[in-house]
Formats: sequence, C-alpha cells, structure tokens
Amino acid sequence: MTPVLSERPPAVDAAALSLHTARLPRWAPVLVAGLAITAAALVAVLLGWGPMATGLVSVLLTLVLLPGWSRAVEGSRAATDRLVTGLVWAALGIALVPLISVLWKVVALGAPQLDGRFLTWSMRNIVGEPGGVYHALVGTLLITLTATVISVPVGLLTSIYLVEYGGTSRLAAAVRFLVDVMTGIPSIVAGLFAYALFSLLVAPGTQLALGGGVALSLLMAPIVVRSAEEMLKLVPDDLREAAYALGVPRWRTILGVVLPTALGGIITGVTLAVARVVGETAPLLIICGSTDSVNFNVFGGQMASLPVFIYSSYTQPGTQPEILQGMAWGAALLLVLAVIALNLLARLAGRLLAPRRRH
Amino acid sequence: MSIAATQTGSFRRRLGDPVFANLTRAAGLLILAALAGVAVFLTVQGVPALGAGRDVLGGHATFVGYVWPLVFGTLVAAMIALVVAVPLAIGVALSVSHFAPRRIAVLIGYLVDLLAAVPSVVYGLWGIGFLGPRLVPAYEWLGAHASWLPLFAGPVSTTGRTILTAALVLVVMVLPIITAIAREVFAQTPRLTEEAALALGATRWEMIRMVVLPHGRSGLVSAAMLGLGRALGETMAVAMVLSASGVVTFHLVSSTNPSTIAANIALTFADATGLQVNALIATGLVLFVITFVVNFAARTLVARSAPGAAR
Amino acid sequence: MAKSIDISDLDIYYGDFLAVQGVTLSIPARSVTALIGPSGCGKSTFLRTLNRMHEVTPGARVDGKVVIDGQSLYDPTVDPVQVRRQIGMVFQRPNPFPTMSIRDNVLAGLRLNGTRPRRAEADDVVERSLRHANLWTEVKDRLDKAGLSLSGGQQQRLCIARAIAVEPQVLLMDEPCSALDPISTSAIEDLIDQLRTDYSIVIVTHNMQQAARVSQDTAFFNLPGPGLPGRLVEVNSTRKIFSAPDEPATEAYISGRFG
Repeated sequence: MTPVLSERPPAVDAAALSLHTARLPRWAPVLVAGLAITAAALVAVLLGWGPMATGLVSVLLTLVLLPGWSRAVEGSRAATDRLVTGLVWAALGIALVPLISVLWKVVALGAPQLDGRFLTWSMRNIVGEPGGVYHALVGTLLITLTATVISVPVGLLTSIYLVEYGGTSRLAAAVRFLVDVMTGIPSIVAGLFAYALFSLLVAPGTQLALGGGVALSLLMAPIVVRSAEEMLKLVPDDLREAAYALGVPRWRTILGVVLPTALGGIITGVTLAVARVVGETAPLLIICGSTDSVNFNVFGGQMASLPVFIYSSYTQPGTQPEILQGMAWGAALLLVLAVIALNLLARLAGRLLAPRRRH
Repeated sequence: MSIAATQTGSFRRRLGDPVFANLTRAAGLLILAALAGVAVFLTVQGVPALGAGRDVLGGHATFVGYVWPLVFGTLVAAMIALVVAVPLAIGVALSVSHFAPRRIAVLIGYLVDLLAAVPSVVYGLWGIGFLGPRLVPAYEWLGAHASWLPLFAGPVSTTGRTILTAALVLVVMVLPIITAIAREVFAQTPRLTEEAALALGATRWEMIRMVVLPHGRSGLVSAAMLGLGRALGETMAVAMVLSASGVVTFHLVSSTNPSTIAANIALTFADATGLQVNALIATGLVLFVITFVVNFAARTLVARSAPGAAR
Repeated sequence: MAKSIDISDLDIYYGDFLAVQGVTLSIPARSVTALIGPSGCGKSTFLRTLNRMHEVTPGARVDGKVVIDGQSLYDPTVDPVQVRRQIGMVFQRPNPFPTMSIRDNVLAGLRLNGTRPRRAEADDVVERSLRHANLWTEVKDRLDKAGLSLSGGQQQRLCIARAIAVEPQVLLMDEPCSALDPISTSAIEDLIDQLRTDYSIVIVTHNMQQAARVSQDTAFFNLPGPGLPGRLVEVNSTRKIFSAPDEPATEAYISGRFG
C-alpha cells in the first residue's frame, strides 16, 4: 500500500514551532473585575442605583472588557473562550441570586415571628392581634401523613412489581413509562381530581383532609415508585438466590431480604417525596379549604395547612395587613425549615441505613 | 412461581406467592387507574360546563372563548420562562460539569437542589413582596423607551405584578429541573471524544461546542420540555404575583395581564358556585391534557436518546 | 515540520503522587520511536506530557523540561492550547467526532484554527490527508457519511487523517492498534512506516513485536517495584534493544520473563 508519490504534502521544513504567543497575565480577570466593580459603584453613587443594578452593570462591564482585552492580546479564539467562561459563571451567579434573596427575606421577616404563641396558638377567635399557626402545623402534619399512608404502600408494591415480577412485560413497561409521565401532573389538577372524586363519593363540594391526602399521594406516588425501583434494582441477585436456595418462598424473600437491604434508599426516596409535597398549596386550597381552628379529624371538615395559611394570610390580610402578612412570613420560614430538614434527613437516612459494603 | 413444599405446611406457602404477586400487580394497575381516573373524573365533572351560559363562562359565549385567554396566558408565561431559563440552565449545568473544580461542583449541586426545594408559595411571597416592586423601575424604563415594541406598550404597572414578573418567578422554579438533566447529559459526554477535541488544540469552549453540546442535544430538548411541563402547571407563584385581568395581550409590563389556567382556578375556586365550578374543572382538564402531551413527548424523547438521564 | 524532542529530568505527578521519575530522552526527527514496558509503568502518562494533555486531568502536573525546536513546552508563558495545535495525537480507541461526517472530521482541526478554507481548498486538504492516511480509496465516495459508519480500523485511520490534516510537528500515538483486528493493525503499521518520512512519531505499544517492526528507536520504561514511580530504564536503537540490550531488566522484559 505505497502512497502515490505526487500526493505527498509539500515538506514545509523550515516552519518553526511557534509556541510563544502573547498571553494575558494570570491576574487579568481579577483586575478587570475589580475595575468594573469600582466603575459601576462610582456611577451608582452618582445616579443613585441600588446594589442589584450595580452588580448587574459590573458583571456586564467585566464581560465586555476582559474578552475585549484578550482579543487584542491573545487573539479571538482565546477571547471567545474567556467570554464563554464569564457567561457560565454569570449564569451561575444569576441563578443563585433568587435563592439567596428568598432565603434572606424569609429569615429576616419570618424569624421575628417565631415565638411560643406563634407555635402553639391557632387563629380561633383571633381578631386584630397576631395569633398562631398551630392549626396549620397540625393540618400539614395530618394531611402529609395521610398522603404518605396512601402513597407509600401502593408505590412500594408497584416498585416491587416492576423489579421482581414485571420484568420486561408490556404492562411493566407501560406502568414505568406512565409513572414517569405522572411526575409532570400539575398539582392543581391533582387537587381538582380529589375534589371531583369526593364530590361524587360523598356530596358535591365536600372539603376534607382525606381529599388532600389523596391529591398529594398522586404527586408522591411516582417519586416513591421510581426511587424504590432504583433501590430494589441495586440489591444483588445473589442475595435473592441465597434465600431461594434455603427454600424461602419468593414473597418472603422480597419482604424479608430484599426490602430490608434496600430500606435505607427507600426511606430516602419517601422522605424526598414528602419534602416535595409538604409545600404544595394549590390542591389543598381546593380540597381542604382553610379554617381558623384546629381540626384533628381527617375524615371530615376543612383543615388548615401551612401553605394555604401563607397564601390566604398574605393575599387577604384584612384591615391590619402587617399582622397577617408578618405571620405569613413566619409560616413561610417554618415551611422552608421543614423542607430543608426533610432533605437533610433523607440524605442522612440514605447514608446511615445503607447496607454496609465492607465487613 | 411458588416453591413447591415438600412436607407439611405446604398449603400456606403455595398461596403466598401468587397472592403477593397479584397484590403487586394490582398496585401497578391502581396507579394506572389513578391516572386514568384523573382524566375520567375531570371529564365527567367538566363536561356539564361546556354548554353553559355567559354567566358561568365569565361573559364569554362559548367554552372555547372562556378557556382560550387562559390557555394563551399559560403559554405566554411558560414560553417566556423557558426562553430565559434554558440558557441559564445550560450555563449552570456547564459550570458544574466542565468549569468548576470538584468540591465547588458538589456545592453548586446542593444549592440548585435547595433552589428546587423551596415551595412555590414562598416564591410567590417573594415575587409579590420583593421582585415585583424591584422591577418597577426597569418596567418604567422599558415603557418609556421601548414602547414602540408592542411587548412593552401600555400603561406600566405600578406594582410590578405583571406577566413578565410572573414568568421570571417561573424561571426560578423550572431552572432546577432543566439544570439537573442538562448536568447529567453533559457529564455523560464520552471522555475520549472530549480528549480528541482537546488534542487538536481546541480551547475549552471549542471543545464544548464541538463535542459536548452536539452530544447533549436531544437530552437538552427533553429537559426543556420537562421544564415546559412544569411551567405550564405552576399555580401558586403565578396566582400570587400576577394581577390578572384575563385578557389576551402581549403587553408584558402593563397592568392588564392575561391569566393562566392554574392561577385562575386557584383564585376563583373558593367563590365559584354551581356550574362555575364545573367550568373551572373543565379548564383543569384542558391543562391536564396539555401537560400530559408535553410530558409524554418529553419522556419518549428521553427514552429514545439518553437512557437514564432523566429522573 | 518534523522536529526532534529533548526531554530532560522529567518528573510526572498526579497531585502529590509521583507517577514517573527522572526521564531524560531525545526523540529524533523523522523517525519512529517506540515506548515499551509493562502495564502501569507510565509510558502513556509520559506520552501525554509531550502534548500537555497530561494536565487535563485535575491536579496533574510535571517538573522538568520538554524542549522542541529550542522552545520549552512547559514555559509559564506557553499556552497549552498552542502546544496541542502543533503536536498531534492518536488515541487508543478510535474517537472520530460522532456528530460529524468523514469530511468534517478531517477538517475539524483546520476549522478550529480559524482558517475557513474555501470549498476547493478544503476538498484538497481532505483528499490529501485521507490519501496520506491510506483511507482515500475506501471513503472517497462517501465523505458525507457519518464518521462512525466506518469499521474500527477505518475509524482509526480517519483519526490519523484528522491529526495530520493540520500538519503537526510531531505525531503521538497511544497504542493505536490495541483496539483493532490484525489486518487493520497491519494496515496501520504500514501507514506509520510511510508517515515517518514527514513526521516525528512517538508510539506507545504493549506489543513488542509491533515495536520491533515499526520503530527505529525504542525506549523501555519499567516499574522498579510496587508503589514506586516508573522510570526510563534504557533507550537505544530498536535493533540493539531487541538483540543485545544494555540493561538486565530490558533483557528480562524482552524475553518475556515478566510483563
């Protein structure tokens, strides 16, 4: 396979290796950023801008000046690379601003609200003075508990079906796919479904906590199914076969060997599902309504919940808006703390209860 | 598939397995039934409103006339949200997968998860209480200087509670989903192909442009669609932030704004009576169908192109 | 084109871990130098320092000098991207860009360099590179088909065509045939033999017979013991290494007593 001699590329022998191109000094980005911030700050003071505008302008200045300088010194390829790097970090910064802003506001406005009264009183017979959110706390707890009681057994059994029995059957594929699609159900639709269901089963216009549980379980179930499925799949087949070889029937193997092994991950999944629904407002607005007193009955009567309390207190604050709106922020802080706590708990559970790999 | 028992006690064992197997199968069917049930119940309760009169349908002659402005508002808010969220999400995902050192990448992951964890009602509070008023100067500037563009025409809102603000709050809510999938997809780019680009003398951006983005194209599309599904169905943030007049308009910064299906239901359900309730349920059915189709298409795309990427 | 490389006292680190120690070596121009040695001895790691691909791994760094044409590659003012534009690399597994056609694959390096060759010029480069890589006759009728539609051996030749399209000074090859069947391997070995008239080639191979067939000089790397850094044991002409090596360790490796 000799090449055709005439097709050889011309031997450009004398081409020297050109490695030394001009480069910006290492501290160039810092310098430019510093200059941009200073410039923006000066203009801000002159024109009376707030910190957000100043920040925005300094970011824009940096994004223009640094690639511009780079283009002059290093060439357009390096300049484009620097521009993109700047844009990526800017995107991250922009994405984090709402997070910091929300958390800041919630803590700043909500923390002063938290006291004994706030946590132990309801709004029953409260007029013209701050009350408490005890009824909403109890409500959220009961509704979420109901949702968990409904969704976890069904979800767990479904995931067991998918992993242990369904395999590659068409039913299993359909269930798996539709469960994924279900994760996209708008929460308000779940609430409307619960409303329609109970209007039919009980009486039109019924509002009860059980309905809230049903609506939320519709939102929790897909998360439980998918995460439990992943966990069950991780359990090695050797464990199952060891049990079968001992004569243990399949169902006992699943309940006694597979499930306990996957328990840590399953608990994580369930906790994350709970975290997802504990802040849901729309369905509860529709099917649980709201009330000023504590209601311990899941099967009858409207029940307050934290998210609905936040919503109605803020949007219908009555004659002395500062009171109810302040309480709304307090309740918001409680809700955010609950969600963060649940997320941390989920991670912890996963780590603590994971089957020990090395002995 | 029960283990055939050898001696005594066989009766109970032989029943255990088929019973349990059927129990699990029933659970799977129950989930499917629930999904079908949603469609069925919403239809059953919604249909009576289709032929209702003007008093029920908010002054509109037909149901389509009633629901169209809401669908319009839903789509506009969601589209604006996506247009802003997708590039942001790509940027954040790239920062995690290709720019940040390991430990910072993990931290960013936590922060994005935290962003997702905050409930929508809290974002709603933030939207009315903080973002809206902050944006008013910007809206006034746009209204004064850019009103030749129909987007920025109209009397500028003084509270900042416009569809644009609502869309921006939506951006915050859909960002985590799109980022999570995009992050997965970018991280799954084969190292070997990345090194091929680097060895040719590509800069980091050139490598991303040549290899990472083309590889992740279909994953990004499905991520965007899942984000769209979320934006379409988001209720509380929009309900709280938007001061809605229910009109069909492209004016983004004015005080007359379209409403979305979900927000409309949330705001008017408590006071609705009789057939009005059915009408709202019917709009809920419309929303369900739209989001179902979007999610179905997105998941099909995922299944076809990037298995395991979407969760 | 085709320069020689002088490496002096090179230490290669992954973070704090010293992987290869004290390499001093001269790679002649217009010839093929083979790097051999048992797995894990650091020959691939060493190869990757020659085009500054080693530092792509987070925390990886080197100490020492690598000089080409009088210029030190690791000088603080040198941009690694510049280095990689002038030193080409072919990898262990063929890696054509999956979303690009054969034609676009060959042109990828040129397009990156900012040159927007006109259609005629581009066609010229594509044909020249593919001929030089002994792939032209097989693909000339399907240049717009996907790069991945070729067989393994063809894909690897496509990667070689891609690497030489930018006319690099040096061509580095990291076990280019290890993922290929014997016929493709033989085709690539013939190709390497033709390429050496225009390029300086450094090839890492775990196949000693291949090293003997293809190279003019051979460098033997070894791990003195578990947990110790790899070292360059001996470098000599290929004929000498495989018939009468200086070092006993080399002799032991060649005769298959370990490896």
